Amino acid sequence: MSRTNISLPQRSFGETSRIDAWWSQPLIVFLGLLAFVVYSTWAAFQGAHYSFGAYLSPMYSPLFFEAYEHAATGHALFGDWPKWLPAAVIGIPLTPAFLILWAPGGFRFTCYYYRGAYYKAFWGDPSNCGVGEWRKGYRGERWFPLVFQNIHRYFLYFAILFIFVLTYDAFMAMWHAPDGMTYAQAKTDSVLNFGIKVGTLVLIINPILLGGYTFGCHSLRHLIGGFMDKFSGNSGRKKAYDCVSCLNRGHAKWAWASLIWVGFTDLYVRLCSMGVWTDWTIIG
Amino acid sequence: MPQVTFRISRGSTHQDSQFVDYQTDITEGMVVLDAVHQIQEESAPDLACRWNCKAGKCGSCSAEINGKPRLMCMTRMDTIPTDQPVTIEPMKAFPRIRDLVTDVSWNYEVKKRIKKFKPRKPDAPDGTWRMQQVDVDRVQEFRKCIECFLCQNVCHVLRDHHKHDEFSGPRHYVYTAALEMHPLDTEDRIKDVKDEQNIGYCNITKCCTKVCPEHITITDNAIIPLKERVGDEFYDPVRKLFRIFRPGK
Ligand code: SF4
Ligand code: SF4
Ligand code: FES
Ligand code: FES
Repeated sequence: MSRTNISLPQRSFGETSRIDAWWSQPLIVFLGLLAFVVYSTWAAFQGAHYSFGAYLSPMYSPLFFEAYEHAATGHALFGDWPKWLPAAVIGIPLTPAFLILWAPGGFRFTCYYYRGAYYKAFWGDPSNCGVGEWRKGYRGERWFPLVFQNIHRYFLYFAILFIFVLTYDAFMAMWHAPDGMTYAQAKTDSVLNFGIKVGTLVLIINPILLGGYTFGCHSLRHLIGGFMDKFSGNSGRKKAYDCVSCLNRGHAKWAWASLIWVGFTDLYVRLCSMGVWTDWTIIG
Repeated sequence: MPQVTFRISRGSTHQDSQFVDYQTDITEGMVVLDAVHQIQEESAPDLACRWNCKAGKCGSCSAEINGKPRLMCMTRMDTIPTDQPVTIEPMKAFPRIRDLVTDVSWNYEVKKRIKKFKPRKPDAPDGTWRMQQVDVDRVQEFRKCIECFLCQNVCHVLRDHHKHDEFSGPRHYVYTAALEMHPLDTEDRIKDVKDEQNIGYCNITKCCTKVCPEHITITDNAIIPLKERVGDEFYDPVRKLFRIFRPGK
């Protein structure tokens, strides 16, 4: 880059002439993300109440194995917690959530929107536009570890698979066990009955919001057509690019809506399973 | 309309400057640049400010109004609170020449180092090309840039970390994206985007997008697509593997 002797004074932390409440937005983002991280970590450690009848919490889906010493819920793909998997690692319990949460977690962590948001809210890099930073040195995303943000597209591939899994969960949330039978038993006997309950709607909304978020991903926008310099003569690609671009314009909103809904879906399933909430029937 | 106090930063360097208060009458329809001109006329004939078009098109009157990077000629007085002093400061990411005027020539130097437009061979015997509108839609957004350098000014990589020697800044990613995405262009600038322009310093905080008076979606439409193209070439392990096995491609 060009070498010009530019000498500028070092600005101090929080230095700004802005008169608006510039701190409010990063504070809201900080509290929102912190609340989600705390809740989801807590929920992942529970290893219980992750399903209620036909519903499976998105934080445990796909459910490879039931949690250690957990009764069959009818949702596990490969049955009980296997002997070759430890129930705890150095005293920290291992639950089925940890087998899968790295994928959506990594997807969100490396998402362009969240990056911009948490660099501001958690790192103060900067706290907000035009506000002085507390740190003197800066390496950006050029070096280890943040250079790994560039593998976002690989998390995207997993995230797309998760959309299918959660859509399947939403479909299965329409089929309930008859009274007096456990869901696992009714599923094995193929005697599930159609019904729409409040929980069904909660589980249907989930993949819709996640789809809006995932299919508006910047990496997808690039991979589906953004990498090209010429769209003419390829109207299919152009349409796909326009669709992704359209979702992409609201990416931040989709990111928040889907995040909140994932948390709420887990909470709904959990509280129903604990007997705190009643899952009202709408049809069926 | 009432008398309003303007707190204007004066001095010939950023290090050695002070705020001076001026009062002037505000009338309907005035913009901040009008107020500055009125102050020059009434009480501070030596107050330096740069302007040309007063129509938001020349990009000369960039400044910081109440701490926000804005064009003075496009900031209407009825959009800012006047019950407290209105601060006006020069841009902070460039050396100050005097008062509200900064030396933005660094930007022109940076631009010169970006590889120029290199079109493919003409499509027609008369030396002309054929393009479809759909192929230049994206690039047209970038062509709206008026080089006000407000995006450069707000970018913390320049403003706080003073990486002028390494980082070319959002305005030049817009310029590079316009060339890279051009359907006729044959040059490859992606390695330079990574190693010379150091796009990795950008942490996509979108401050540049927020201040652009031309409403160019700098981060989403120029910077992130360039980061993805850098990713294709340098950070995608599967693509790298393919390249090893298909060297000619
Ligand atoms: S998005 Fe990148 S270029 Fe724009 S202001 Fe932020 S760090 Fe600078
Ligand atoms: S991109 Fe926008 S803010 Fe940046 S120099 Fe051009 S017009 Fe100004
Ligand atoms: S950029 Fe947000 S999900 Fe990919
Ligand atoms: S005077 Fe030309 S942009 Fe303000």
